[in-house]
Amino acid sequence: MVNTGVKVKRNKHVRRLDIATARQLMWWKFKRHRMALLGISVILFFLLLAIFAEFLSPYAPYERTAIYTSGSPMGLNFIDTDRKLHICPFVYGRVSKRDPVTLRLKPAIDTSQCWPLRFFVKGSSYKLWGIFKLNIHLFGAKGGFIHIFGTDKLGRDLFSRCLYATRTSLSVGVIGIIFTFFIGIVMGGIAGYIGGMVDNIIMRIIEFIRSIPTLPLWLSLAAALPREWSALKVYFAITLILSLVSWTNLARRVRSKLLALREEDFVISARLAGCKTARIIRRHLLPSFLSYIIVDLTISFPWMILGETSLSFLGLGLREPAVSWGVLLFSAQNILSIVHMPWLLIPGIFVIVSVIAFNFVGDGLRDAADPYSK
Amino acid sequence: MVQILIRRTGYALATLFFVSIICFIIIQLPPGDYADAYAAKRHAGGEIIRAEEVEAIRHQLGLDRPMYIQYLNWMWGVVRGELGMSLEYKRPVSEVIAERLPLTLILAFSTMVFIYSVALSIGILSAVRQYSAADHFFTVIGYIGLATPNFLLALLLMYASHKWFGQSVGGLFSPQFQDAPWSWARLMDMLSHLWVPVVVLGTAGTAFQIRTMRAVLLDELNKMYVIAARSTGLSEFRMLMKYPVRIALNPIVSTLGWELTRVISGAPIVGVVLSLPDTGPLFLKSLLDQDTYLAGAMILIYCTLVIAGTFISDVLLIILDPRIRYERLT
Repeated sequence: MVNTGVKVKRNKHVRRLDIATARQLMWWKFKRHRMALLGISVILFFLLLAIFAEFLSPYAPYERTAIYTSGSPMGLNFIDTDRKLHICPFVYGRVSKRDPVTLRLKPAIDTSQCWPLRFFVKGSSYKLWGIFKLNIHLFGAKGGFIHIFGTDKLGRDLFSRCLYATRTSLSVGVIGIIFTFFIGIVMGGIAGYIGGMVDNIIMRIIEFIRSIPTLPLWLSLAAALPREWSALKVYFAITLILSLVSWTNLARRVRSKLLALREEDFVISARLAGCKTARIIRRHLLPSFLSYIIVDLTISFPWMILGETSLSFLGLGLREPAVSWGVLLFSAQNILSIVHMPWLLIPGIFVIVSVIAFNFVGDGLRDAADPYSK
Repeated sequence: MVQILIRRTGYALATLFFVSIICFIIIQLPPGDYADAYAAKRHAGGEIIRAEEVEAIRHQLGLDRPMYIQYLNWMWGVVRGELGMSLEYKRPVSEVIAERLPLTLILAFSTMVFIYSVALSIGILSAVRQYSAADHFFTVIGYIGLATPNFLLALLLMYASHKWFGQSVGGLFSPQFQDAPWSWARLMDMLSHLWVPVVVLGTAGTAFQIRTMRAVLLDELNKMYVIAARSTGLSEFRMLMKYPVRIALNPIVSTLGWELTRVISGAPIVGVVLSLPDTGPLFLKSLLDQDTYLAGAMILIYCTLVIAGTFISDVLLIILDPRIRYERLT
């Protein structure tokens, strides 16, 4: 009796697998990847940071705290020097003191002052997404200033700048991916569907691009951009340059899938029904391997971010007044500034965490992309 | 075998030709030419420079000739080993590069050796002892290694060594050997500095190759011939080395060319951050200054290195895997 019970149970399970749609199967497979789920949540978190950057950051990216330049991160405290516990965390006050040796003004901690942390404080006004005029910030310090990641040489809040940079860097990735998607689909589609001589030429071009070292190529293309271009123009040019190299992977995938699928019965029937080539590709072929395309795009996302960061870091990518992770790291370029202001490396943590997250998601998606394999 | 080699050489030469065109286009991309840049520089210095003078410079350098003639001139020079004059250094490009190229070659070669010696041993270890503590450890390290941009790793190493060892890791020589002629002591000194750029440059590649090696070897270890080999009484180590590892080496060797591409590609940025006396800083400076001949020659050299590397990896693969040899011949 016990045996049959088990059997029924297993049958039920099998049936559930049988009737599940491809999408459900994918989701189940993806869910098994703990790290991929973790990666997704990290990415969503970053997206929220990017979307609500104005609200979450206590200061505007160019707002300067003149008396706290090159200031170290201000730690939150709960217990003050009198061993008294505060319910609301606070930061110690900062004062400018003259260094006895160099006679230079230096910020110093003043434990006699406590600046408590307050939420939903009024600060500099901003326009959220260019629409809502607001001046509420998530947090701020009462009676003074708060820089939890420290400040740069000009006294600008690094935490706020990191949030704005997250927005720029992620959007470079997204827009670069969109460019990659279009170039890859079109080139791969032409190669795979028309075949013959065209296919041969496109494949040679792809092999050729892959055999050129990427970074020197990016560098020389970026160096060719006119210096007087506006930040927005440079921004789009840089994303385009990044995708000029990365489309090859996608095009190869699209081509090989098209080659495999174009003799299938459903394609022939579509052609007999009078569909045009473009429609066959778009409506019948593309959906059948869309999951692979998504995987490839996810995998090339971190390369976009790393590429943008490297270019900007070398001073050939985005430049001030744009704020991206690479632009922020640009100020940490020499050993002297790192030794005196190690907190300038904090944007690097954002880069590493986001790239790891995307790699995890890519791994998870790769397994989920083919839901019918065991 | 000979036939394949000839065909491969043909491919390599054709690629080289296209690369040279791309290099030339890249050289020509920036608006304005060297004569303009030179005039602007003199002008910024407070000098007055007349339009005729600019025109004269342009004519003297042949910048007013049609594009394809400029290309052919340049190419003809390249074939004879004359890469033009560096406009910034006022010396032949080949001379400027020759001073620094050996260090780039040493760096690239040592990095490749580092990547493969570390990746193969750790990859085999991870596969044989799957899910052991060491395997998990290297998986985590691998993920972080893949995600960290080269320059960030360089910065972190510089910071760490300054903080804990109190020494700077930038450059390739200690101060007393900076301008000294080559000697045994100088070589040793260089080697003691070389590990930093090698580690920085090689980490991402190592992480990638460990993953490949582990995945392929795990597939192979489950196959029947492994059991058969074991049953003949071979020691575990010899069995591993003789059969599954040899097969697992295939994808590793076939991606050797890409790996070299990546190493060469990353070298300039590492050179800049660690201020190495190699071609990296030279390349970046030439791009920023629009020193066209120098920049073009550098790109050409980087691409040539990669093409040569890919060629070598193709040949290695043919030697390693008899299946490819026979497949192509029939």
